[in-house]
Amino acid sequence: MPDQTARGNSKRGFDVAVIGGGMIGPALSLGLLARGLRVCILDEGDDVLRVARGNFGLVWFQGKGFGMPRYVDWTRRSASLYPDFAAELKEFTGVDIGHANPGGLELLLGEEELAHRQHFIGQIYQQGGGKDYEVEFLDRKQVDEMLPGVALSDEVVGASYSPIDGHVNPLFLLRAMHTRFQQLGGTYLPQHRVSGVRKNGAAYDVMTEAGTVGAGKVVIAAGHGLKELGPPLGLDIPIRPQRGHILVTERTKQILPMPMSAFRQTAEGSIMLGVSAEEAGYNDQVDTATVAKIAERAARTIPALRGLNIVRSWAALRVLTPDKCPVYAESQSHPGIYGIASHSGVTLAAVNAKVAANWIAGDPPPDEFQAFGVERFDA
Amino acid sequence: MLKRRHSNAEVVRITVDGETVEARAGESVAAAVLAHTAGATRTTPVSGAPRAPYCLMGVCFECQMVIDGVPNRQACMIRVRDGMSVTRQDGARDLEGAPGGGA
Amino acid sequence: MSTPDYDIVVIGAGPAGMAAAHEATNLGLKVVVIDEQDGPGGQIYRDVERVAMQRAHDLDVLGPDYKYGFGLVDGLRASGVRHLKGHTVWQIERDGTVWCSDGEKAKRIKARRVLLATGAMERPVPVPGWTLPGTMTAGAAQILMKSAGMVPAGPIAICGSGPLLLLIADQLVRAGADIAVIAETTTFGDYLRAAPKLPEALFGFEYLQKGMAMRRRIKAAGVEIASGISALRINGTDKAEGVSFRQGGRTRTVAASTVLLHQGVVPNTQATRQLRLEHLWHASQHYWYPKTGVNGATELENIFIAGDGAGISGARAAEASGRLTALQIALSLEAVGDADFALKARPWQSELKRHQSVRPMLDALFAPPAEILNPPDDATVVCRCEEVTAGDVRKAAALGAPGPNQLKAFYRAGMGPCQGRMCGLTVIEILAAAHRKTPAEIGAYRIRPPLKPLTLAELADMDMPEEESAAG
Repeated sequence: MPDQTARGNSKRGFDVAVIGGGMIGPALSLGLLARGLRVCILDEGDDVLRVARGNFGLVWFQGKGFGMPRYVDWTRRSASLYPDFAAELKEFTGVDIGHANPGGLELLLGEEELAHRQHFIGQIYQQGGGKDYEVEFLDRKQVDEMLPGVALSDEVVGASYSPIDGHVNPLFLLRAMHTRFQQLGGTYLPQHRVSGVRKNGAAYDVMTEAGTVGAGKVVIAAGHGLKELGPPLGLDIPIRPQRGHILVTERTKQILPMPMSAFRQTAEGSIMLGVSAEEAGYNDQVDTATVAKIAERAARTIPALRGLNIVRSWAALRVLTPDKCPVYAESQSHPGIYGIASHSGVTLAAVNAKVAANWIAGDPPPDEFQAFGVERFDA
Repeated sequence: MLKRRHSNAEVVRITVDGETVEARAGESVAAAVLAHTAGATRTTPVSGAPRAPYCLMGVCFECQMVIDGVPNRQACMIRVRDGMSVTRQDGARDLEGAPGGGA
Repeated sequence: MSTPDYDIVVIGAGPAGMAAAHEATNLGLKVVVIDEQDGPGGQIYRDVERVAMQRAHDLDVLGPDYKYGFGLVDGLRASGVRHLKGHTVWQIERDGTVWCSDGEKAKRIKARRVLLATGAMERPVPVPGWTLPGTMTAGAAQILMKSAGMVPAGPIAICGSGPLLLLIADQLVRAGADIAVIAETTTFGDYLRAAPKLPEALFGFEYLQKGMAMRRRIKAAGVEIASGISALRINGTDKAEGVSFRQGGRTRTVAASTVLLHQGVVPNTQATRQLRLEHLWHASQHYWYPKTGVNGATELENIFIAGDGAGISGARAAEASGRLTALQIALSLEAVGDADFALKARPWQSELKRHQSVRPMLDALFAPPAEILNPPDDATVVCRCEEVTAGDVRKAAALGAPGPNQLKAFYRAGMGPCQGRMCGLTVIEILAAAHRKTPAEIGAYRIRPPLKPLTLAELADMDMPEEESAAG
């Protein structure tokens, strides 16, 4: 058994060292532990970038995978695995991650937005070569029927809808995964910021601020950390930060029956308002102009929300690849070292735990991974 | 439950949970309510636990009440006004009673 | 930044803010004071003008230290400085832009310098039952006396330690209130620890004398002071019905319908955290405070901090600090020359030193007890807003949460309307104990705007000029 108390300067004997304790690392780890592997998660300290904290809680299907049909498939797979994933976590940890699949909407203001969205969704459908793409368009009347009791402004002309869309409580998901990880015998090592990885015979030494960790395989699920850690290990994956803001209201009686791309009411009652995308480098400070834009659009769309108090706002940095689709890659120069880049850690938690983990464990890659390699970015 | 010391402030009439209460000009709503009742002035949205004002200076947010129809207002930060209506904030707020941005 | 509206925006109209605004205005600078209360005075001199108008007899109950506030309030008025009363600051940007709201409209103020004079707040006192109606801080009782002329009706239990404990008890006795017991956690050992600091405490001896005189008056009124108490809990189901505590080896229960808690005050660091300023940990008084240099300067050239918000030193020190910080800002804006600065600053530097000199003794005397900092009972609510218990925090530590922000992610602690004001220090202590680290190593909640809630309407209706929106 590897040293779980994590005392001393050197921890060895892990089958897999997973770098990153956010949405992706723990999910993969659960799958690896289910295979009987000895796994540790290496995490940083408390007040660092932490992409995982910056999320809306959507388990979102519609609109993903533009230009990449296999990403559509991967997302659909995750959504279908989610209910079992949630039930399992609840059964073993007692934590209900609040997964629900009521379908989801993207509300459209004005005819131009509607036309734009129809074109965009239409293209995703066409790229699927005739395969069923579960996104449809609703007119205003149909949207009103989907959202009883929610008075939408006149500007809302319709919406794109998918029955596959859903949401989850991302904080409970994180806690449940960490709890299950510990239950299955995983070793969680916070404040072990990784500076590099070295070959050590057939295995690897992961150098951290708290000493060296030895493992047979290494998974880099470190969000933006991949940019620095990846290249020396043959994983030069082009990622960039893209900032997104969220506003959160005070707890309110339940009024939104389903999640929307820019509105989600949590089980606790807070309503989360999005969405934004700014190219701001690694600056995760809240930008007032962006807050104003989100607030203005939210108020335009559902004026009845105007009187709600905004209790907090935050900004976080998505991990974006050039085509916004994920990368799951094994290094050629360092076999056994894997790199993952994705901005949909919540949506993909189920498929990461149930499918992607098996690839890391040594199974042949899932079909979708043909599209997720890093070579696709070679000009 | 609080008692008032002598004051030459004028009397202000407000309603607290439907009951007419005599307050004094210059008092905060929280003070006026505490002079009237000893129990909970709100119940929490998390568990329905009874709460009442704690810090009286705007830090703790325990004093949230529905004031003139607007939910979740900090009663310790608002002075009484003749005709004001104050009710207990029970759990999470309603959407209604929230006009476009002002009472 | 485009043309600033003011030279200085002073946030807070307590002693530091009032003194600073007065000083700066006298030096010819264009100043605005923003405060969320609808009148000047902060908390210590709260409603001093109203008391004089409506309840002048209460001035004697409240004492000479309170009446001192008149001078500061008069000075503020005489200076003619613009005072945005009833305005809540909800965001401060590092370039000196201050966002506030009057409850209806979000407003933006640009100034060349920002002076934070946001003061202190009561240290949270997480004991079992502290969330019951009828439980308040000692400061709350003072505010009720000052702003509403009210005292608690039924039997009152006053519990804890700190300068305010005896003061409020003394005031309540003089107001004829019914005090069931004063249960102080201060022990004889605390006095022994404080004794060596007495010589350097310029007002230390007078302070102790004052305290002894208050004790005599309180006892003469028939009120019991139980000292060296521990294991405090507040009893009741729907509201406070009394307290229990251990004293001298036995457990006592005292009936009370109002419980006043106090364990000193701590700097309110929401604004300084939102600005991402560096903070230091105060080892004996167990709080975070923003790092300041000479006369309130920070690592940001345009941001200054004065008063208790920079570290607890009391109202008189806050006034001196406000004056000095205003002078320092004026120097940086070339509104005062070096020689003039030195001349004006000198008396306030002595004043500051005099009033700060008693602090080490007070800090030693009133060190918060370990069981208040790190509540032993797992069932004790720590985050009042989200109802997260001490046990939950310990579970998060066991799950590996290294600090308050990961705790927040696991259990929602710090996510309620108060945004960690009531639970911040406690979660830091519990995590520190669980991880066998110092609180300084544990860190603090990341604070984001808005500092206080404001409506979606206000945010949606904000005037955002085109050219400003590019600012990152």
